[in-house]
Amino acid sequence: MKVNNVILQFTTKIVFFIIFFFAVHIFFAGHYTPGGGFVGGLVTASAIVLLLVAFDLKTVRSLLPINYIYMVAIGLLIALGTASIAMFVNEPFFTHFFDYFYLPLFGKTSLHTAALFDFGVYLVVVGVTMTIIQTIGEDE
Amino acid sequence: MLLQVVCLFIPLIAAIFMPFLFKKIRNIHTGWFVLFVPLFLAIYYATFVPSISKGETAVVQFDWIPSLGISFVSYIDGLSLLFSLLISGIGALVVLYSIFYLNRKKEQLHNFYIYLLIFMSAMLGVVQSDNMITLYLFWELTSISSFLLIGYWYNRDKSRFGALKSMMITVAGGMMMLGGFVLLSLMGGTFSIRSIIEQAPLFATNDTFVIALVLILLGAFTKSAQFPFYIWLPDAMEAPTPVSAYLHSATMVKAGIYLVARFTPVFALSEVWIWLVAGIGLLTLFWGSFFAVKQTDLKGILAFSTVSQLGLIMSLLGVGAIAYHVNDAADTVFKYASFAAIFHLINHATFKGSLFMIAGIVDHETGTRDIRKLGGLMSIMPVSFTVALIGSFSMAGLPPFNGFLSKEMFLTAMLSVTEFDLFNFSTWAPLFPIIAWVASVFTFVYSFYFVFKTFTGKLQENELPTKPHEAPIGMLISPVILASLVVTIFFIPNLVTDTFVKPAVMAIQPFLYSSPEDVHIHVSAWHGFSPELWMTLGIIVVGLLLFVTLSKWQKYYNTLPEQFTLNRLYDFTVNELLGSWMTRFSGLYMTGSIRNYLGYMFTAIPIIVIATLFIKNAFVVSFEGASPIHLYQIILIFVLVIGTITTVYARSRITSIIALGAVGYTVSLFFVIFNAPDLALTQLVIETISVALFLLAFYHLPKFQKVEERTRFKFGRVFISVGVGVMVTLVALSAHSQKLVTSIAEYYKETVYSLAGGGNIVNVILVDYRGFDTLFEIAVLAIAGIAIYGMIKLRMSRKEKNHESK
Repeated sequence: MKVNNVILQFTTKIVFFIIFFFAVHIFFAGHYTPGGGFVGGLVTASAIVLLLVAFDLKTVRSLLPINYIYMVAIGLLIALGTASIAMFVNEPFFTHFFDYFYLPLFGKTSLHTAALFDFGVYLVVVGVTMTIIQTIGEDE
Repeated sequence: MLLQVVCLFIPLIAAIFMPFLFKKIRNIHTGWFVLFVPLFLAIYYATFVPSISKGETAVVQFDWIPSLGISFVSYIDGLSLLFSLLISGIGALVVLYSIFYLNRKKEQLHNFYIYLLIFMSAMLGVVQSDNMITLYLFWELTSISSFLLIGYWYNRDKSRFGALKSMMITVAGGMMMLGGFVLLSLMGGTFSIRSIIEQAPLFATNDTFVIALVLILLGAFTKSAQFPFYIWLPDAMEAPTPVSAYLHSATMVKAGIYLVARFTPVFALSEVWIWLVAGIGLLTLFWGSFFAVKQTDLKGILAFSTVSQLGLIMSLLGVGAIAYHVNDAADTVFKYASFAAIFHLINHATFKGSLFMIAGIVDHETGTRDIRKLGGLMSIMPVSFTVALIGSFSMAGLPPFNGFLSKEMFLTAMLSVTEFDLFNFSTWAPLFPIIAWVASVFTFVYSFYFVFKTFTGKLQENELPTKPHEAPIGMLISPVILASLVVTIFFIPNLVTDTFVKPAVMAIQPFLYSSPEDVHIHVSAWHGFSPELWMTLGIIVVGLLLFVTLSKWQKYYNTLPEQFTLNRLYDFTVNELLGSWMTRFSGLYMTGSIRNYLGYMFTAIPIIVIATLFIKNAFVVSFEGASPIHLYQIILIFVLVIGTITTVYARSRITSIIALGAVGYTVSLFFVIFNAPDLALTQLVIETISVALFLLAFYHLPKFQKVEERTRFKFGRVFISVGVGVMVTLVALSAHSQKLVTSIAEYYKETVYSLAGGGNIVNVILVDYRGFDTLFEIAVLAIAGIAIYGMIKLRMSRKEKNHESK
């Protein structure tokens, strides 16, 4: 029994990107305004869940051929690696570095290793959420 | 002379090589190799005799844990030299005997000799240790090796039962003894027994003195099979006979005697000590001799007889302690007691060792130890009979054997008690010689019972499993040597006493004698028509009378019902009390229901916390610095309370889930009005996900049990939850009302931009100031995710496997 979900699927195609970019936004804005890796990750995951609701598991998997468990591992490695950088330059573990740079497109921008760490958090949160939902979803 | 300490460990080192010798050299009985160890030790300790008998001592110390004052100290004085010689000498004889007793091809000899050598080391350690901790170490090692030896034939039920019983009792006593040692060392500030003895007079007023005394006595009484702890010894007779001869007659059971003798200078000043040691010893003497006549098993008779003789020695040591309370003790009759104790100890080791070996020979050559089947072996086994006769007569206290001498001295000592008038002794003292006399009569009866029921009478050849014949000569060497010692000591008692007994007495009573020559006791077989002699004559006459009429009254023993014996008490304790009762008791509270366990926890926590709060006077309520309450907050609290009540009282689960979601969203609204946008965001998303997961769980509930039913009201649960709520509220109020340190939030506010280059304090704290926490929180998330994946996927794969196998 396949219900015709044209409206839902069409809306999803648009809304997915809105949610995703909102997630990216709150991820990057996290250091100065509310948001950050955790919430950003959750919102990204919710965007993917929306895809799952509108289409089915198989379609979403072919759209986003991601192994979320690898994603969790990569996220953890990035977080740990960022924290370890400081040790190579004789600073205590988990010392962050930041400075202002002139980038070609963005102009004067502050770059912070904390953002890298937050990216690790982001990946782990997306990975874990999607792992849980997909695993439960596949289970009969 | 480090050799003196090394000697303690020589048997242990030798034990390492036994399996190799047993496996590689199959043609020679392993026992021959073992024999060198006790022989060497005996010769080595014999070299000490000249100097020790002059009253000198030899001390060698080897530090083990210097920071705790624990060291291996080999302290050889008269007492420990005597024991060391007994251990190594009788050890050598027993090993020799075991070579012929145990079959090279059928028995696991390497096990046997390893255990035996461990035991030898342990026993030497017990008698030579001056450090109480190492003494305890060796003490437990004797218990363990004895356990292994009793259970040597481990495929027999009775062996295992006997081994376990002796282990339980002796280890329990050993633990008590350790407690006593610790108390003593706390009083004296040292573990060294010698320095404890020097300080002993100061301890008498100490509160813990009597406790230490009782604890150490418990250790000695359990090991030496005193009343009521003797019950393990008859069951230990399941061990191979060499073991019984060695451990359960000559050495291990005398460890307790040694302990009492060694600590006499410390505790003799106490009235409790004298009463306990002398009283229990006398009771054991009577009890053991009384029940020995009842036994039908040869080794059973000997076991009870050992119990009884140990009681005799113990009571003598108790009476010997009286010497500390009389003036000019060296000139009074009390001096005999300790002397007699040590003398009888030597005599007992000789005659009991030989008797056990004879019992083993009879068992070995006829196939049974049941005295009802035996009889008429005199002409078939003449050597064994002679040895048994010598041993038994010595045990009964007849001349011309050494038992006579020590029995006379024992009676002298018991008669002397009547002259002692301290500590209410005048009331009870007349009982001492009477009990001693009655016990001696029974000793006489069972000694005759043992030897004449076995060797005289009619030979019941068809009752015996094998055709009886005399033992091989190798098996007879050891008992013959021991028996000849029994006779020799009678004829030259003073040589033995001057060499061994007097230095030992000096060790027991160091305050009375400064050198062994001060002990003015001359042993003589004939000492005139003294009361002791008449008592001995009485013993012989009454004993003979009782022995002749034995068959008429022996059956009356069984009128004492089995229920009232101490074995019944032990079985009850082990099986009922520790077994099923404890299981039932733990079954009462270990119900397996998580609800009950949560009940225990949530009852205990509020009681502890609230009690602490009020006992420590920590409960304060102060609204200083509290913010004003707004209308929004009141509305939200109202929603929150309604949501909570709905969650608890809802009729259907789905209502509860939705109400729980409402509570979660309200909390996120609280975050909004309390200015926590990050929290509000996260709470909102997380609440959504968790409600979705709850719905999932709800959807998958099994159909047949999905009865929609309101949570049942139970007063106990309501009480507990109210308690928890009250606790949390009180703690929160008190914690809010008294702030000891100011918040560190100011630091974050000031440095969030300058040091961390950020604007969102919450996020900067999460990733920068305290990123460490975040790192492990995402690790927790990852673990949770992988766990869910694993749980679901692995279950599926198992299902598939089951499917395939069908």
